[in-house]
Amino acid sequence: MVALGPPARTLRALLRELRHLNSVRGQPYQDMAAYRYLMEAFRAHRVTSEKLCRAQHELHFQAATYLCLLRSIRNHVALHQEFHGKGERSVEEAAGVVGLKLPHQPGGKGWES
Amino acid sequence: MWRSCFRLGASGGSFPCRPCLVSAAPVGSGDQAGPLSLLRRSYAPPAERKKFYQNVSITQGEGGYEINLDHRKLKTPNARLFTVPSEALAVAVATEWDSQQDTIKFYTMHLTTLCNTSLDNPSQRNKDQLIHASMKFLDTDTICYRVEEPETLVELQKNEWDPVIEWAEKRYDVKLGSSTNIMGPDIPAKTKEVFISHLASYNMWALQGIEFVVTQLKSLILSLGLIDRHLTVEKAVLLSRLEEEYQIQKWGNVEWAHDYELHELRARTAAGTLFVHLCSESSAVKHKLLQE
Repeated sequence: MVALGPPARTLRALLRELRHLNSVRGQPYQDMAAYRYLMEAFRAHRVTSEKLCRAQHELHFQAATYLCLLRSIRNHVALHQEFHGKGERSVEEAAGVVGLKLPHQPGGKGWES
Repeated sequence: MWRSCFRLGASGGSFPCRPCLVSAAPVGSGDQAGPLSLLRRSYAPPAERKKFYQNVSITQGEGGYEINLDHRKLKTPNARLFTVPSEALAVAVATEWDSQQDTIKFYTMHLTTLCNTSLDNPSQRNKDQLIHASMKFLDTDTICYRVEEPETLVELQKNEWDPVIEWAEKRYDVKLGSSTNIMGPDIPAKTKEVFISHLASYNMWALQGIEFVVTQLKSLILSLGLIDRHLTVEKAVLLSRLEEEYQIQKWGNVEWAHDYELHELRARTAAGTLFVHLCSESSAVKHKLLQE
């Protein structure tokens, strides 16, 4: 079994991701079905003593997996919009992506009539 | 090579006709457009579907949990009713639909995609074929397939991958081993039997998820480590991309290639793992027995 850290930290990180998902809707994120489900699950599987509880570990692993899913999708979408979402780049933009600039020619390039 | 090109062209008609570059450029603004604009390629990403609903809700039907978009029921691409066996999965799918902004980005909805695949089974495969599809990756399993040089990478692979192989050998009581041969490691037939009978204990939905994870990580052993909760998603993805990470350390990281792939792979792997766990658990609610 893999160590996952304290469950409260996973829950807090999950709620942060939910808040981020919800930021476009304009309603309190406590209304989300996912919020209610998560809070209920975390409350129901709380352990009061420091015994190794397999069911709790299973739940915590699922929560950590879900956290990884939400986080990775957010990062992936951000990168997609930054670099891949706009179709073909112009020559200038393509050069800029790798940190280059097109040469500047004061007298024109010759093909503008 | 020229001859084959010639023949392909001469056979004619088998390729769909693409609009040629010049005619794709706007004709009306010909005065302004110089020769450069004629050369500009006209590729734009395919348009995304508009978000056509406001509220997402979950209802419990006969076959399981259903998703409602406003008052319409969500359907699969094959026009079946979208029903999932577990409440947690329904909540996660509903969250995916709920969190779409102006357009529906299907490439971010991995759990929906997995459910659709399980419901429609578009490739019409049965259980044996699904198991076989996952087992195919064992012969060339990423973590059994080693390099001989450079020295530091050999060392890294040994340190990172050997513990996982040891865990799998102990957990399933099998022999695996690793190889630097191009033909891959020699996996005994008994090992394969053990894995096949283990995979056969999962239901169809879970198997779809397992196959998805295996094809992402290119490794059956890493996938089983994830399913058995021995590895976290982050760790499994790191181990699967070990050589790439090594090259990144040496040559530098490119955000729009390496990070992009990393996050996509993590998202897909996490979705698959969660899907397997949610589809294979028998009952979620277990009351604590009061024993000493």
